[in-house]
Amino acid sequence: MNKPFNMATLFIILLFLQVFVLNNILFLDSINPYLYIVFVFLYPLKTNRIPFLFYSFSLGILVDFFSDSGGIHAFSTLSIAYIRLFFVRIYFRKIEADFSFFKLKSESFGKVFNYTVTLTIIHHLILFSFANFSFQNLSNVLLNTLFSSFFTLTLYFLGTYIFTKSE
Amino acid sequence: MQQFIYFFQKFKYFLFFLLLQFIALAITFNNLNFHKNKFVNSANTLSGGLYSRATNISEYWNLKSENKLLADENSRLKNLLKKNITPYLSKDSTVIDSIKYHQKFTFSTAKIINNNYANKFNFLTINKGTNSGIKREMAVINSRGIIGITDNSSRSYARVQSILNRNSKINARLKNSNYFGTLGWDGKAYNTVQLSDLPRQAPLKIGDTIETGGKSTIFPEGIFIGTISKINKGNSADNKVDVALFNDMSNLGFIYVIKNYHKEEIKSIEAQNE
Repeated sequence: MNKPFNMATLFIILLFLQVFVLNNILFLDSINPYLYIVFVFLYPLKTNRIPFLFYSFSLGILVDFFSDSGGIHAFSTLSIAYIRLFFVRIYFRKIEADFSFFKLKSESFGKVFNYTVTLTIIHHLILFSFANFSFQNLSNVLLNTLFSSFFTLTLYFLGTYIFTKSE
Repeated sequence: MQQFIYFFQKFKYFLFFLLLQFIALAITFNNLNFHKNKFVNSANTLSGGLYSRATNISEYWNLKSENKLLADENSRLKNLLKKNITPYLSKDSTVIDSIKYHQKFTFSTAKIINNNYANKFNFLTINKGTNSGIKREMAVINSRGIIGITDNSSRSYARVQSILNRNSKINARLKNSNYFGTLGWDGKAYNTVQLSDLPRQAPLKIGDTIETGGKSTIFPEGIFIGTISKINKGNSADNKVDVALFNDMSNLGFIYVIKNYHKEEIKSIEAQNE
């Protein structure tokens, strides 16, 4: 299977999964997993980042379309899409020549864990601060970030465990 | 010029990023403003159509509670009818049905196809739009009480600003006296809203019923909202009380949209004063 097709399917599946299933979970009235950001983790590294930034933005704005939240998902998804490269450099010690060979699957679990946890927490923090949109209830924002990140990451690691082929 | 092009080359990712971030921010700010939001909402054909399909499947789970609601409302309305008919029948003269010719409100039914209640700025989507005469700033209620105000409509869908939205402000009053205040939401619990700016001399008791005040062009008066659940003692400026809603906002099905025929007239008179 070719890669662009793969990513397009992932895009659509993640969008509909988020909008029709995960947005309705509302554990303890407010905690939802935001699994669609997995798209940002898994999109292959390329030298030209314009398409990647654009796809992340559109995924965010489509989730916004469905959940009536203005542009907060687009904003936070685009933010982690932009800073992703920085964390790839820090955690995996890759230079530009390695980008085309880089695969999340072949990296060790510890590094992948650090990478996904950082990006997820940043995304959720921006998302909930914007959703709150005031300086009151800050503890609420932090708690939501913590619980939702935990939820998202659990789903992500379970998902990778289930869907990766054992060799 | 060379420098300029070099600058663009060097920072093209960052500039593209900034451009998209700016778009996202603009949409966010527009969305928070009741009078401006136009672009991104669930009342468009794509998301509206998909949501109505999803609701077609999921509404079967609520049939029982919906039926009970309808039966309750029917019995309440039948009681009202019985109350009114008897004096008319006993009178020995012609009765001009003034309601028929000076009708002020019409009710049309619609179905909620998307419901949010866990955010700070909540919106609902309903399956009727401008094709059915639904425009912005119309009242949305169900048999148990108020739900919100329409704020945006496409041809066959409309978006409703829920009362569970930090921007919502609705005129409300005590049922047993005519003291009125403003109903808003602090963004915390989905079954409690806040009534503020009540006069200090208003007699308040826990359990008092709150209803709409009819001092706006959107809601007719006397639609139920909830009961007072907590009175804040002390000397805060806005004299806030907590109101427990009659409606369970997390479980909504069919609703009524209310159109006010006198809205233009009232607005034009009020505009003269300014």
